[in-house]
Amino acid sequence: MGMHERLGDFQYDVLKEIGNIGAGHAATALSHLLGKPIGMSVPHVSVLSFEQVFEALGGSEEPVVAVFLRVVGDSSGNMFFIIKPDSAKHLLHHLAGLEVDESGDFSDMELSALCEIGNILTGTYLTSLADFTRLLMVPTVPSVAVDMLGAVLSFGILNYGVTGDHVLMIDTAFTQGQVQVGGNFLYIPDPESFPVLFRALGVPFE
Amino acid sequence: MNTAHIVKVGMADLNVLAGEGLLKTTGLGSCVGLTLFDKDAQVGGMAHIMLPDSRIARDGALNKAKFADTAIPELVSRMERLGASVGRMVAKMAGGAQMFAAGPNMAEWMRIGPRNVDMCRAVLSDLRIPVVAEDTGGNIGRTIELCCVTGILTVRSVNRGVKEL
Repeated sequence: MGMHERLGDFQYDVLKEIGNIGAGHAATALSHLLGKPIGMSVPHVSVLSFEQVFEALGGSEEPVVAVFLRVVGDSSGNMFFIIKPDSAKHLLHHLAGLEVDESGDFSDMELSALCEIGNILTGTYLTSLADFTRLLMVPTVPSVAVDMLGAVLSFGILNYGVTGDHVLMIDTAFTQGQVQVGGNFLYIPDPESFPVLFRALGVPFE
Repeated sequence: MNTAHIVKVGMADLNVLAGEGLLKTTGLGSCVGLTLFDKDAQVGGMAHIMLPDSRIARDGALNKAKFADTAIPELVSRMERLGASVGRMVAKMAGGAQMFAAGPNMAEWMRIGPRNVDMCRAVLSDLRIPVVAEDTGGNIGRTIELCCVTGILTVRSVNRGVKEL
């Protein structure tokens, strides 16, 4: 039986609440960084297979901006912050206040800003997940790529040569005034970490 | 190409095709899209290889298509069943990129792309199948299509357009 079938409403609520707490912290951090109030919310949390993630995000050829970092500690795994290129431009322009070329490629400055935003977001989400589960989860230095979804995401499945078939997907919405931008966090626990994480969330795992 | 018969090859999957049509796999990052073609028989094969070596596979059913050392021999035997001969096969491959820069905590597994390419070359060399063209490495994602009549491999990427091998 897949993990997503074993999760009850309660666990989804817990994951979503963790997401909202993390988003709250992230919003505070972002607001300080950008010098204006930024709101963040987590409308939806799901546990999906890789195929479902590809479908949900527009197919494996879909161009995306991906910030990747490795999580080490009690529940190790790979984390991605995925945002569509036009949403990323919106985020940079309307929220971060950078001058952006709406149609063009991403400059080094833009990529660096996205990497830092992704770093703050993933860091605060991890902190609230770690606080709740009392597991040690430490993010490593992030890196960013703009490319096909399949190309960037397959990298997260490869770790140590084994496939962790489940992805925790956390939809996120950023707001600043009337402007709203969406993005997604993906957390892919290493296979040996999945039982650890889900036991800590109160889900039986035999 | 608009009405062509397209056979999709998923991640960690392989497939073969005789005559009219295309074999296609999308979103190759560190994975390698390995294709074999026998021009006389007009039989093509494609594998979306994720990892170099099946010896690291855990218990349970082995997915041969996932690993270079098992996918390539399987592809050869599937093509031979369609009338191809290993002595006439030529290989083309694409992928094997490194999508993210390696940080201080990134170990050997970050280099999975180049290792996949190296393993494909080694396995092909053991089978005496020549690699006639490749577009590997770098830090770009690729989508490939093999025409099973001409043997032309079309490589698409987000930033670099289309390339024919």
